[in-house]
Formats: sequence, C-alpha cells, structure tokens
Amino acid sequence: MDYNAFRHFADSWGLLYLLVIFVGVILFLMRPGAKKHAEMAAQIPLKDDRSPQGEE
Amino acid sequence: MGLLDKHGVIERNATLLLVAGLVTVSIGGIVEIAPLFYLENTIEKVEGMRPYSPLELAGRNIYIREGCYNCHSQMIRPFRDEVERYGHYSLAAESMYDHPFQWGSKRTGPDLARVGDRYSNEWHVQHLKDPQSVVPESVMPSYSFLADADLGFDNVKDHLVANQRVGVPYTEEMIENAEADLKAQADPDADWDGLEARYPKVVLGDFDGDPARLTEMDALVAYMQMLGTLVDFSSYDAQANYR
Amino acid sequence: MRNLGWTILLAIGAVLSLLAAGFAQDVLFQTHAWVVFFALALGTIFVLRKVDFAGNAAPVDKSGYFDDPIRAGVILTTFWGVVGFLVGVVVALQLAFPQLNIEPYLNFGRLRPLHTSAVIFAFGGTALITSSFYVVQRTTSARLLSDGLAQFVFWGYQLFILMAASGYVLGITQGREYAEPEWYVDIWITIVWVGYLILFLGTLFKRKEPHIYVANWFYLAFIFTIAMLHVVNNLAMPVSPFSMKSYSAFAGVQDALTQWWYGHNAVGFFLTAGFLGMMYYFMPKQAERPVYSYRLSIIHFWSLIFMYIWAGPHHLHYTALPDWAQTLGMVFSVMLWMPSWGGMINGLMTLSGAWDKLRTDPIIRMMVIAVAFYGMSTFEGPMMSIKAVNGLSHYTDWTIGHVHSGALGWVGMISFGMVYFLVPRLWGRERLYSLRMVNWHFWLATLGIVVYAAVMWVSGITQGLMWREYDAEGFLVYSFAETVAALKPYFILRAVGGAMYLVGGLVMAYNVYMTIKGKTRNEKPIAVAHVATAQPAE
Repeated sequence: MDYNAFRHFADSWGLLYLLVIFVGVILFLMRPGAKKHAEMAAQIPLKDDRSPQGEE
Repeated sequence: MGLLDKHGVIERNATLLLVAGLVTVSIGGIVEIAPLFYLENTIEKVEGMRPYSPLELAGRNIYIREGCYNCHSQMIRPFRDEVERYGHYSLAAESMYDHPFQWGSKRTGPDLARVGDRYSNEWHVQHLKDPQSVVPESVMPSYSFLADADLGFDNVKDHLVANQRVGVPYTEEMIENAEADLKAQADPDADWDGLEARYPKVVLGDFDGDPARLTEMDALVAYMQMLGTLVDFSSYDAQANYR
Repeated sequence: MRNLGWTILLAIGAVLSLLAAGFAQDVLFQTHAWVVFFALALGTIFVLRKVDFAGNAAPVDKSGYFDDPIRAGVILTTFWGVVGFLVGVVVALQLAFPQLNIEPYLNFGRLRPLHTSAVIFAFGGTALITSSFYVVQRTTSARLLSDGLAQFVFWGYQLFILMAASGYVLGITQGREYAEPEWYVDIWITIVWVGYLILFLGTLFKRKEPHIYVANWFYLAFIFTIAMLHVVNNLAMPVSPFSMKSYSAFAGVQDALTQWWYGHNAVGFFLTAGFLGMMYYFMPKQAERPVYSYRLSIIHFWSLIFMYIWAGPHHLHYTALPDWAQTLGMVFSVMLWMPSWGGMINGLMTLSGAWDKLRTDPIIRMMVIAVAFYGMSTFEGPMMSIKAVNGLSHYTDWTIGHVHSGALGWVGMISFGMVYFLVPRLWGRERLYSLRMVNWHFWLATLGIVVYAAVMWVSGITQGLMWREYDAEGFLVYSFAETVAALKPYFILRAVGGAMYLVGGLVMAYNVYMTIKGKTRNEKPIAVAHVATAQPAE
C-alpha cells in the first residue's frame, strides 16, 4: 500500500472510526445508569484521608 | 479465592487504562511523524549540500554549547520581509545533515541561516568579543573567552564516526584525514587541495586573527561563515519541489 | 541494618562516577563526573550516619501512608520554585542589561535553559511527583507499593535535576529546547521514570477503593506519555561512552518535528495533564465539595490526551516542514480549545454554591486563579497556532508571554495551592503560620503575571510589526538592531513583573518554614463572610 492509499484510508475510514469512538465514549458516559457510579467516584477525595482503610 | 478473582479484575482495569491511554497518545505521533521519514518529497532535491568540515563541526558544537539557539533562529520563513532581510527562505535540504537541527524558536537576535559570507572574519571576532562595540543596541553577551580557548577536539574522528552512524555521508577518506583537515582549514600555510576537494566551498584561512593558534573562536567563525552558503539556488526549482 | 542497602548503592554510584571521571575523553564530561561523584559521596556519608548498625531500632510501621518523600517534596518544591524564579529574574535582567552576563558560565545562553528547566522540571516535576504520591495513596486508600522504590524515584529525580542544572552551566547540552540534558543524564532519568511508572501502577493495583479516581488517570497519562516522548526525542549516538557529546539520531526536518512533538507535549502532558490531576484532587478537597461533573472530567481526559499529541507542528509554521503537517497541527491545536475549556469550566464550577469561599479562603482563591489562567492560556494557545496569527507572533516575545501565563499562572498557582494545602496536614499543624501571607502571595503573584504577560504581549506585537514594516518606496523601515532597541523598556518592565512573582515565592517559603516549625502568626482572620460592608475600622 503506498502513501496515497494510506492517506485516503486515514481521512475517510480512519476519521470515521475515531469519530464513532468519540461519540461512543460520550454516549457510554452519559447513559442513565452511569450517573450514580460517577457520583460515587466523585466522592472519593472527600473520604477520610488520614490512614488507609481496612486491613490486608 | 473469591477475593483473588476480584483483585484480578481490578488489576486488569488499571492495565486497561494504561494500554488504552498509550494507544490514544500514539496515534497523533504515528500519523504526523512517521510519514516524514519515508515520503520522498519531505526534503527537496538540491545541489551543493555536503557534510560539515571538521572545523565547521567543531564550531557548530560550540554554537550548541553556548546556547546560541536560545536567541538566534536558523530558519527563514517565506515572507517578503524575511527574504529581503535574510535571503532565500530556508529549505529542508539545508539542514539535512544537522544532528540536531538548530532552527530555533526565538529571535532576540537576527536569524543566522544565511549569515555566512555576509561579514568579514574580523567583524565576527570583534562582534563576539564585544558585541556592543559594533552594534550598540545589541543585548548579546560577550564571548571573548573563545579567543583564548584552545580548540580541544582531539577525538574529531570519533565525532565524524558518530555522525556517520546516524546517517551523515562522511566517507572513509574524510574520517582518515579528519585531524589534518581540522588543523589545515584555519592554517594559512597549509596545503588546502585535499580539504577543498572533500568539502567544496569550504572557507579557508585564519579566522581569529591569530594564525599561530587554533582556538574555539576559529571554529565558531568558520561555522558561521559557511551558514547558508552551500545550496546552489541557480539550479533550484521551487515549483518541482512544492510540498 | 536499615539504610545499609542505600549506603552501598550510593557508594557504588560514587565509585562509578569516579571511574567515569578517570576515563573521560573530554574535560566537560570529566567535570560533570566529579560533580556527580561529590553529590553521591555526600549522600553516602549522610545515609551512612543513619545506618542502624546495632539493629535495635523499632520496626517501621507500615500500616499508614508513606509520607516521608512527600514531606521532602513539599520543601523542595518550594525551594526549586524560588530558585527557578530567581534565575528567571536574572535572565530577564540580562536581556535588559547585557553587562550582567558573566562569561562563560553565566551567559544568557547557558542560564536560559537553567531557568526553563528549573521551573519546568525542578519546580514542576518535584510538585508533580510529590502530589502524585499523596493523591494516589489517599484516593486508593493504599500505601505506596514500596517505600524503597518511592525514595529511589524521589531522590533519583533530584539527582537528575542536579546533573541537568550543573551540566547547563558547564555547557553540556543537546541544544534541544526543554530536552537539553545529554545522553547519560537521559539514560538516568529513564531508569528513574520506569521506577515511577512501576510505583504508581503498582499502587493502583493494590488499591482498596474499587474505582480509580480521575486524578490518577491524569497522573498516569503524564507518566507514560512523558516516558514515550522522552525516549523517542532523545535517541542519540554518543561519541564514546566516556564523552559528554552525542549526535541526535534524526536530522533537520525530521529532528525538528520530533523535537516539537516532544516539546509541545512536555507542555501538554507535563505542564497540563499532570497538573490537571492535581486540580482534580486538591480543588474538591479545599472546596470540600465534589468535582462539578465527574463525567465531564472523563471526556476531558480522553479528548485532551488524544488531541494534544497532534499539536506539535504549530511550533513549525511556515518553516521547511511540509505544509500538510503544519495544517494538521493547526487544526488539532484549535480543536484542543474545547477539551481545555471543558476542564476549566469543570474546575471553576466545582465552587458553584460555595463562591463565598473566594472571599474567606486565599488558598481556594489561588486554585481558582490557576484555573482561570489555564483557561486564558488555552484560549491564547489555539489562537496563536492559527497560521496567520503565528506568522506575526512566532520568534517574538508574544510566545514568551504566552508560556509564562501558563507556567506562572496555571502551573505555579495550582502548585502553590497544593503546597499550602499539604504543609499543615503533613506536619500535623492546626493551620498555616499565616493566611494573610497567603493573601499577599496571591496578589504579588497575580499582579506579577499580569504585568509580565501584558508587557510581553505588547513587546511581541511591536517586534513582529517592526520586522515587517515597509515604507512608501517599498523598503524595510527598521534594521534588526533598531527593533532590539525599541524593546528595552518592555524588557525592564518584564523583570519587574518577574521580581514580584519571585517575592511572592519568598513569602511562601517563609510561611512554609514557620508552619513546619509549628508557629502560628497572631493575625486578624481574613474578612468574615457577609459582614465585609461598611464596618468601621476597629
């Protein structure tokens, strides 16, 4: 495959592929079930930070 | 056992983050940089480019050591004012043997891509020793110590070999004669025939005003006097080399 | 026999550098080897004195977090900050008054890399390593993977700083901006960095918190991307194993793009991604509320790391780099504006509902102004990457102004916020020595940056326009020397702005010192909320 073929692939299918991934990531994050999970994760820094929790 | 399984999942997630991140940050570099190495039109076809002579290479190393690139670019952009001020815009081919490139990013002082052959050796020496004595507005530091420093470039052969290993076409003949060429270029009494044949257009003669000594000043001025002088623009076809 | 291993390791290192000095092919390599030898020899003696030969010390309690390198890191962050700002003021004055250059060792060309590296790698790098050690432990609820590895990474990095800094003054440089250290220093930092990656990743593996908090994502991206950039950009052929000199593996145009792919992503991943990790932990902490939108932070992360890596070619507009690469770099740089502002909004909105804290808490104010400067420079950056704008701004002081609004405004301020947050906690003090001094620091630094950035902006545009000014007959109006003379007032004013920022740094250093000593300053509390209006004095 020469350079031009590569380039055509990159600015058509390659671009589409990246766009689909981008939209996919956003849809996945914004799905209704993710809200609770995200809110729990956002609380992590606010937990007690003086010593590790639990034992090995 | 159950705990171990869970641990495995967690481990995989951190690994997954690492792998997905690495893939994400690799794409841009691969698409942009990799083609430059195999696209034939990245570097124009020109006549006149040759590797640096040993003394020029020593001078270039001093240029890098003193951090000249912090204030001087070596890259003329294709604008009317820059071409009038500095000369023909720079070609990729002109830095094809530059390891590393010294295009610079700031012009506290003027561009030096074509400073070669513009001023006399005496001007350069005076300017390096006391810049304000020739350019009163200048904010350049003094480099008078270069005139007192003997050029310690004993392992010049090793330097040429290292360049050869990264792709600079130094011939075995050039490497054989490196030490002699280093001394001959700034020595008015030397036999220059071989040196000129190996390095066409090489600037010859004493540079620092002290023919008896080979100093760092000799090397730096020799380097500056050849900057931008190699390519023969009468035979350069800009249209054919459009990228 | 605690510390014995370290003593032996340091002693071996000292002997190796002594050998390197002996076999050296050039004077610079020899001098550099001696510098490293003395550093390691002193380190050996220092650690040797702490070796417990009798073996009767109590065993180390490993149930808590490992904070030793973090405490050292907070002190050294402050120290390197002051050093970096000081050298900055010196080089600024050298540009205004060239008589201040002391050849050969203290000429501008050698001090400028010292300044940039002191701020980026010594101050910024130490701040990043320190804060990442703190954040990864607190958000995973796990002690660092290994105490020894953590100490190695931290002190190994400090040795790298020493080697880089002493090298610049001696004249040992690769001539690649922000990647000046020579090949053997590059190899050393690669070893340290691999240790860092193992340490960070290993701590994530043993975490007790099921979710990996987003701050760690940013830190992790910073670590592995810098590793990739560093290794590729520094590929070089040494002249000999005992020579300081190496020649880059790439030449000319390929070398230029590799370097600016590195250079711009040193901004993107060192000065942005890493410090965003800091923001995503310390802002919610100090504001005592969770980040505005956690999901936005994840979009911020992926789009930022994807797009940043493409932006490098905007440093090479109108050069001999092929046009297609320049255009690609410009397009991605402009797009980068979006994720950057997504992150800025996310940071600022974390304070929504608690804006009154801006009045009462100078630490949160420092973090907020940091994010505001982040927003400002990530708007200015994309604008300057547009080719038409870049044609004017490139090679001028405008670029210098831009990097300083990012480095002083964003990187500096968020790091100061981190230091002020950590000092009382790490030394178990009730509060900082003085909050009013934080307030002073805030205003000195903010005004300093504003002066600096505004002056450089004017200076850059002046310079750019003078270079291209034509008279009616079609001749260039100004010689280069005339444009240099025109900038002198701006160069002096710039040094004033920088000096204000430096004084702010000194105020911080004093405050940190007194807090560690356990002192508290007897002072009136900062304006109590809602009663600030029309109160008679005393």
